Amino acid sequence: MTLAGSLAAIILVALTAYALLGGADFGGGVWHLLASGPRKHEQRRLIAHAIAPVWEANHVWLILAIVLLFTCFSPAFARVAVTLHVPLTLMLLGIVLRGSGFVFQSYGGKGERTFALASLLTPLLLGVSVGAIASGSVRDVTGEEFVHGYIRPWFTPFALAVGFFALACFAFLAAVYLTLEARNRELQEDFRRRAIFAGVAVFAIAAIGLLLSPQAPLVQRGLLATSRAAALHVVPAIAALTAFWALWRRRYRIARIAAAAQVALILWGWGLSQYPYLVPPDLTIANTAAPRATLELALVALLAGAIVLFPSLFYLFKVFKAGSDSVR
Amino acid sequence: MIIGHSSALNFGDHVNDLIAARSQMAVSLAFHIIFAVIGIAMPVLMVIAERRWQRTGEPVYLDLAKRWARGTAVLFAVGAVSGTVLSFELGLLWPRFMQLAGPIIGMPFSLEGFAFFTEAIFLGIYLYGWERVPPRAHLAAGALVAVSGSASGIFVVIANAWMNTPIGFTLANGMFTSVDPIAAMGTPAAFPQALHMILAAFAATGIGVAGIHAFLLVRGRTNPLHRAALTIGLIVGAPAAVLQPFAGDIAARFVARRQPVKLAAMEALYETRAGAPLTFGPGIRIPRGLSLLAFHDPNAIVRGLDRVPRDEWPNVPLVHLSFDVMVAFGTYLALVSLWAGWQVLRKRDLHTQRRLLWALAVAAPCGFIAIEAGWMVTELGRQPWVIYGILKTADAVTPMPGLVVPFTVITLVYCALALIVTRVLYTQIVQ
Ligand code: HDD
Ligand code: HEM
Ligand code: HEM
Repeated sequence: MTLAGSLAAIILVALTAYALLGGADFGGGVWHLLASGPRKHEQRRLIAHAIAPVWEANHVWLILAIVLLFTCFSPAFARVAVTLHVPLTLMLLGIVLRGSGFVFQSYGGKGERTFALASLLTPLLLGVSVGAIASGSVRDVTGEEFVHGYIRPWFTPFALAVGFFALACFAFLAAVYLTLEARNRELQEDFRRRAIFAGVAVFAIAAIGLLLSPQAPLVQRGLLATSRAAALHVVPAIAALTAFWALWRRRYRIARIAAAAQVALILWGWGLSQYPYLVPPDLTIANTAAPRATLELALVALLAGAIVLFPSLFYLFKVFKAGSDSVR
Repeated sequence: MIIGHSSALNFGDHVNDLIAARSQMAVSLAFHIIFAVIGIAMPVLMVIAERRWQRTGEPVYLDLAKRWARGTAVLFAVGAVSGTVLSFELGLLWPRFMQLAGPIIGMPFSLEGFAFFTEAIFLGIYLYGWERVPPRAHLAAGALVAVSGSASGIFVVIANAWMNTPIGFTLANGMFTSVDPIAAMGTPAAFPQALHMILAAFAATGIGVAGIHAFLLVRGRTNPLHRAALTIGLIVGAPAAVLQPFAGDIAARFVARRQPVKLAAMEALYETRAGAPLTFGPGIRIPRGLSLLAFHDPNAIVRGLDRVPRDEWPNVPLVHLSFDVMVAFGTYLALVSLWAGWQVLRKRDLHTQRRLLWALAVAAPCGFIAIEAGWMVTELGRQPWVIYGILKTADAVTPMPGLVVPFTVITLVYCALALIVTRVLYTQIVQ
């Protein structure tokens, strides 16, 4: 793989980490909103307890992805920022309201509803943006009028379907992780049921997305026509079935791994199916890559950063997440 | 990567969109910087308090560290989300700037990204790990938060310094060729700006904390908590406040050499002249003062605004006013800090000196005001350029129409957040 290709892959890794960790924090907000039944308050307390120490660190993955994108592929960043101005701004509002709503409620203020509602907005618009990029409609719109240039590219059935798909995936991840965080069996069962329900939703929306995929020719070709197709379908499907099986049999640790693998593989499937394009129809890895000096330094910085980062992250999760699977 | 663009929009719309974009950037940064400086300095105060508790076993220090930690959690979260907004806004508002500059200033931003990671990770451990990690590890986590907070401040200011004194590339036909990101990070403005910024964070936050508790002390709450907080606030804030005018002087001399138009605007110097005077507000003048300050030579020639075409002037009255505000408040902070230091040297008990306590209470917001004013000098003084001498702000803005809408929404959301944060903090710390 070329240097630029490796950096593009690292950006996808950062996005994957954001989806698996930060995404689940947003999914927690969804279950906060949908908390119900006799253990409503316990559910909410569990969610807050699980998110509080880690959400800010989880959130930095998104920042890392953005910073790498504008360092290494600045024309792609500029294109996305111009054409997707509206959904990205709304997504930012979601990020601001989710984060501040969450701390306000944790520290004695109000903000629960804001936190929960904003947790819907951000995954939805993140998905819409990804869907718009995948469908190749993020063109150069300089000089076009507002609706045609700045709304049409993303306000499409396909992009919206990807938005709901992202929301369902994040909710699914959160529910699966929460089965391991739960302190008692009833609570665990609550989230097991929710996980199965969300998993079904993920499947249903994926089917709709597939029906709409003629709107995203690159993805469609990747999913249906090329030799990669088999791998791109079969592997996530195996992961998904494993997750269902494990949830059914209450093998929560296996469910966690399978659910995370499923979401990661879907993201990688997207990446592979539009390779070598970063922002189809015209921006590729090669034609947007920064000069070699920048790419080399970025890689060095990433390696140096990783040496600091991974032990620290490991410690964080060891302190707060080990031993949380106390119910066997 | 072509500089400049021909917009299909008509000229009037473009001007309105440009003003909206600049205002949105200004509001977002002015909001973020408050949380950022507190995020830089507050961990230092917490660590000092916790260390004192571990050494003396006096519960008041533990109480203080925990209260500060709760307040910092709220402020840090708002800082993190408003910082995320900024990372996106660089592209949402200034895509042509980022397209051109991304490969060069991406380096400090990437390093900053890792600093954020360590900061967020260890803050999580610090805030939620009181019972989960051993005391030494807890203190070390706090120290790591403090170090990475300063590091992230330094990296982002380096990116800004590059916009003021861009180097590390060759420009040919509107494109950057032979980019050298390391050389770019060594941009001449980096050292003076980063030094001045870090001192500003410590001065504003330290004196801010000391001032709040001084106020509570004069109001008759002779609680040991307030005494401890006042002392620690001064330990962090006062030395920085005393050093800050010297750091400002270094910054000013770099500006004089590298950004003469900004200096002329700061001093409202319209004509180039030798032995230029120093002007405060509209009235007061010190003969030869400016030549002396900027070049350490009373007869030095200082370039005035007459050296550049009118359409390349920044907003002179506003830059000049902002500069005067910063210097005035900075002088006041330094004097109050010296006074406090003098009382300590004379072995007086600070906590009973009502006049000093009042002076500190008045000083509490001054550092933050000076910071906002200082950034106005830096950013407004660079106009009409976003990259000084290379790319005009007007050519960097997004072609998206209707930018007043996001500007209005962001402004309203931030106003609401500011109100709520104030209320939550009030209930958290004061009560
Ligand atoms: C506590 C805050 C504070 C205080 C007391 C001062 N400043 Fe300041 N100043 C800042 C906070 C600040 C700042 C907000 O941090 C700036 C904005 C950009 C930067 O690098 O620092 C700044 C910028 C800034 C600049 C422009 C740098 C540039 O554009 O490259 C100059 C020339 C000075 N300052 C000079 C001074 C002087 C002579 C002071 C004398 C008392 C002073 N400052 C006090
Ligand atoms: C264009 C300018 C800026 C951008 C793009 C930016 C970006 C960011 C981002 C993305 C975060 C969130 C990190 C997290 O999630 O933990 C953040 C937080 C922070 N920023 Fe900024 N920032 C800018 C200006 C500044 C300035 C001028 C300073 C200080 C001198 C600063 C200091 C900090 C600090 C210390 C934090 C940690 C969070 C906190 O303490 O509240 N930033 N910034
Ligand atoms: C946090 C402290 C900061 C404050 C309060 C601040 C303030 C401002 C203000 C008032 C403007 C509008 C200027 C105008 O258009 O008239 C502006 C613009 C801008 N600032 Fe800053 N700034 C800060 C730090 C930074 C940093 C650290 C960076 C970059 C690394 C940065 C990048 C920009 C950019 C790209 C613009 C838009 C282009 C321009 O107007 O020149 N700022 N800022």
